[in-house]
Parts: sequence; structure tokens; C-alpha cells
Amino acid sequence: MKRNAIAFWGASVLFLAAILLSAELVANEYWFFAGYVILQFIVLSVAWTILGGYAGYVNFGTSAFFGVGVYTAVFLVSAVGAPLPVQIAIAAVVGAILGFAVGLLTLRMQGIFFSIATIAITIIIETAVTNWRELGGAAGIQIQRPPVTAPFHTYVQMLVFVQAVLVVISVAIARYMQNSWIGRGLQALRDDELAAECTGVPTLRLKLIACVISGALMCAAGAPAAMYLQYADPASAFNLNYSVSVLAMALIGGTAHWIGPVIGAILLGVTQQVLTVTISSEVNVLVLGVMLVLFVVGAPEGIIGLFKRRRPEGKA
Amino acid sequence: MDLLLEAVVTGVLLGCFYAAVSIGLSVSFGLLDVPQVAHPAFLVMASYGVFFLNDTYDIDPLLSGVLITPLLFVFGLLAYRLYYETFERRGTDAAVRGIAFFFGVAFIIEVLLIMYFGVDQHSVSASYIGRSWRFGGMRIPLRLMVAFGVATGLTLLLSVYLSRTFMGRAIRAVAQDEEAVRLMGANPVHIKQWAFGIATAVLGVAGALLIIVSPVDPTLDRAYIGRTFCVVVMAGLGSMTGTLIAAIILGVAETIVLTLFGASWAPAISFALLLGVLAVRPQGLLGRR
Repeated sequence: MKRNAIAFWGASVLFLAAILLSAELVANEYWFFAGYVILQFIVLSVAWTILGGYAGYVNFGTSAFFGVGVYTAVFLVSAVGAPLPVQIAIAAVVGAILGFAVGLLTLRMQGIFFSIATIAITIIIETAVTNWRELGGAAGIQIQRPPVTAPFHTYVQMLVFVQAVLVVISVAIARYMQNSWIGRGLQALRDDELAAECTGVPTLRLKLIACVISGALMCAAGAPAAMYLQYADPASAFNLNYSVSVLAMALIGGTAHWIGPVIGAILLGVTQQVLTVTISSEVNVLVLGVMLVLFVVGAPEGIIGLFKRRRPEGKA
Repeated sequence: MDLLLEAVVTGVLLGCFYAAVSIGLSVSFGLLDVPQVAHPAFLVMASYGVFFLNDTYDIDPLLSGVLITPLLFVFGLLAYRLYYETFERRGTDAAVRGIAFFFGVAFIIEVLLIMYFGVDQHSVSASYIGRSWRFGGMRIPLRLMVAFGVATGLTLLLSVYLSRTFMGRAIRAVAQDEEAVRLMGANPVHIKQWAFGIATAVLGVAGALLIIVSPVDPTLDRAYIGRTFCVVVMAGLGSMTGTLIAAIILGVAETIVLTLFGASWAPAISFALLLGVLAVRPQGLLGRR
């Protein structure tokens, strides 16, 4: 356990250092644009796994949290010109509150009812933002990037680093939860909610904790997207494609361990980038759907499930 | 006041149409407990089938809907078989992965429609589209009247089928107690497969109505996830009478909000109603559970 922790934090520091160094070494700006999207999907699918994997609640509201993150940043920039770290921090707080609200609202719902309710929340928030004139309404709103600061040459490079920090934070949280009483409690809740409740597992509190943390991370991941695109509109910020992509990444990677969504997000994220550039974005969505169906049918435990049989149950 | 009255009348007509597009889901999700999130995608696919027949061979949309019904029935049988073999029989986690499975299927259908027909809206041509009737001060589009008539007929037909015929009663028996059906010597899987086939087959005519009422584009299914699930959940799972009542409530609510607040709020209505019902009365208006 101790040695694992040292390895994990060592790897995290190396990862961040590599991202910083790449700002010096890599000249082609495209790599940063593509890398940003993949890192963003890692955060989102790790956050999804906290609720969807550990607790077994299939959340289709990823786009709601993501979109709220985007629009929190837009609001802060256009109203008070807040800097990026403030945008992300406040987006995380808003996400936590939204997660808490969603958790309270869906307390009694299980299975598909929970999933449908999260879609409903997404569409309702999207409609509200569409009708919010000050934030651009349906037409969307443009945002100016501030000048970039010291070690980075372009703003996108800085955003990549910021998103990498979010990756480390989200994985650390997921890893901590998995190995603590929270993770064990959520697993009990997932296997049999009634039995867990009867044996004294505080299912209600655990579910709310999972909703809050998952929501905060998703909103935080969405906040820098406003600066990345320099533009936000409700139809794309709340697009259901985010929900399905993230769900597919988590399920394809495997949801029993935090490494699952990371693998899934890298694999699908890279595939999507390659397909979008080489063929078309339609084929990219088609591949996403086909891979989701194939994995759900053929490898219910995801990629990490395929390897699990060969090695003994590993601790993070 | 006249405006409101017109909204209510249009809402009732629209509601009956919503009942027709939701009635299949009322069987597959309401009675069989299959997390059929792809139902609206199947519906839009059926609409495109109708569009194809109408566009290429100039066949009347309603007749086209009837023509594609057998195809949809077989499609439904196969879809349930796949779902059963991969999820229900394995047992654990059927709900979580079943939802993901049907969502993936819906996504694939959406993209295939985009690749084949393009992202543009499509509509059909028939003599009753584009004209309207006048009652006093009201103007009711004839297409909505056609949809109303056919939809009511379809809904009644299906509820008679479920309550009067042998197979229909068997389907309801499976919904009530699967184990008891097995003990009676019947195979519940066959009955459920048949029921799922029926649930998909009625989408032929429902899809025809969808494209008669409004132009169709490949991503229209997303709006209908809200509408169909709203109707089925509000109805109380599996209740056919409830489906009709709930659909009319939704139709009237939509047209009233549309008249009072404008079209930009329209997408949220069905989802808000659905969320309200789920939070306050999950067993639906006429639900038994």
C-alpha cells in the first residue's frame, strides 16, 4: 500500500513534468489541441466512474455537469473577468451543489429511472440556458482569452497543463475513494442496496457523496472548455454526445478500478481524434456506438476485466 | 381565450398522437421491464422507412407504415433475442449494461440515418398534408386530425389485443408473475420475445404518423426520449388506458406552454413533467406498483 502510494505520486509528478516539458519540445500546435480533448475525457470518465462504476448508477447527465461547468466559466468571465483558476474552483463548487441537488432529487430512483432522470435534468438545464439572454441564448457567446503567462508559449498549452492537473486530482480522488470505506460502501450499495442498508451501510450519505464528488469533477473539467473553444453555445455544451462518449469510455475501460476509465478514455479519445481527422465525425460517432455495444455484449467487465483473469486482484 | 381553447384542442389531438408513439414503449418497458431507450430511435428509423417508400414509390405514408410493420416485427424479435441472450440470462448487472446497450444501439441508428439520408429534415407528401379544417374561429390542420384518428385506433387496438386475445393475456401474465407462467408450462421468454416484436411492430404506423405530423431528422429521437418515457412513466408502467390519458396531459401541457411562453421552452416540458412524476409519484397516475 505504502509503496503503491509512492509509485502513484511519483508517476503523477513525472506525468505533469512531461506535459510541462512538451510545451518546450513540441512545435506543432495540433498535438496540444488533440491532447486537451483526451485529457478532458479522462477527467470526465474518471468522474463518471465514481458514481456509475463504484455505485452502479448509470448517469446520462455528464453533459449537464459539463455544460454547467462551461457556462459557469462563461458567466464569470463575462461578468467579472475572473482568472482561470477561479473559474475552475467556482465551477467545482457549482458542480458539487448541482450534484447534491441531483442526488436529493433522485434518491428514490434506481436503474433506468435514475438514467432517464439525469437525461431530463440535462435537457431542462440546457433549455434554461438557451432562454438566458445575457449568456448569449441559443446563438452562443464569444469569449476573449487573456494573454498567456510565463512558462507557456500559447494559451492552449497552458490549458493542457491545467487539464493534466485536473486528471491527477480526479484520479487521486477516485483512487482514494476506491481504497477507503467510501469505495467499499459504494460497492455494497451497488451489489444490493437493500442488503447494504440493512447491514448499516449509510447508503443515502454514500450516494450523495458520490454525486457531489462526481459532479464537482465534471464541472471542473468543463470550465476550461470555454477558454479552449473561445466560444460557447447551449446545443454543443450540453450535447448528449458527451454523456454517451464518457459512458462508453468508462464501460469499455472497465469500471471496477480507476485505471479502467483512464484506459478507456485514452483508447477511445485517440481513436476519435484519428477518425475525425482522417475520415469524418459521423464515422467517429458510429465507431463509438459500435464499440460500446460490442464491449457491453462481449466484455462486460471492460478491458481491465480481460486482464483480470490472468493476474491476481491488484490493489491500486 | 380563443387562443387557449385552440391550444387545448390541438393539445388533445397531439396527445393522442403521443399515445401512438409511446404505446410500444408501454409494452416493452412498462410490461416487460426492458430498458428500451432505443425506442425513439426505432421510431425515427420507421419514419425514414416510410419516407423512403413514399419518396421512391410514391406510396401513401400510412400504407407504407403498414407495409414496413412485418419487417419491424422481425427486427423486434431479433433485438429482444440479442438482449435476452446477452443480458437477462446472465442476470447480474442487466440493468446497467442493458441501458448502455440500448443507448449504443440508438446512437448507431442515428448515425446510420445521418450517413444514408443526411442531416436535413425530410417530410412525406399525401393529399391530407398541408390542408386544414375550420371550426368556428379555430383552424385545425388536417394532418393532426388524421394522426388523431389513426393513433386512437392503434391504441384501442393494442389494448383490446392485450385484454381479449390469448397471447395478449399471456403477455400481461408474464408481466405480473414470470415464475407463475413458467410453472404453468409456458415459456416466458417466447412470450416476452413475441411482445417485444409487437411493441416494435406498432412503430410502423407510429413512425408514419410522426413524419405526417412534422418533418423528421435523424436526431429527432432525442426529443422523443422525453416524450415517450414521460407518457409511459406518468401512465403507470404498462397501463394502456393510462398511456392515453398521460399522453393527452402531455400534449395539452406542451401546446399551452407553447402558446404562452414560446417555442424555445418546448423541449423542457416533457422532461420536466417526467422528472416531476418520477420524484413525486414514481408509480404513475394509474400505477399499481
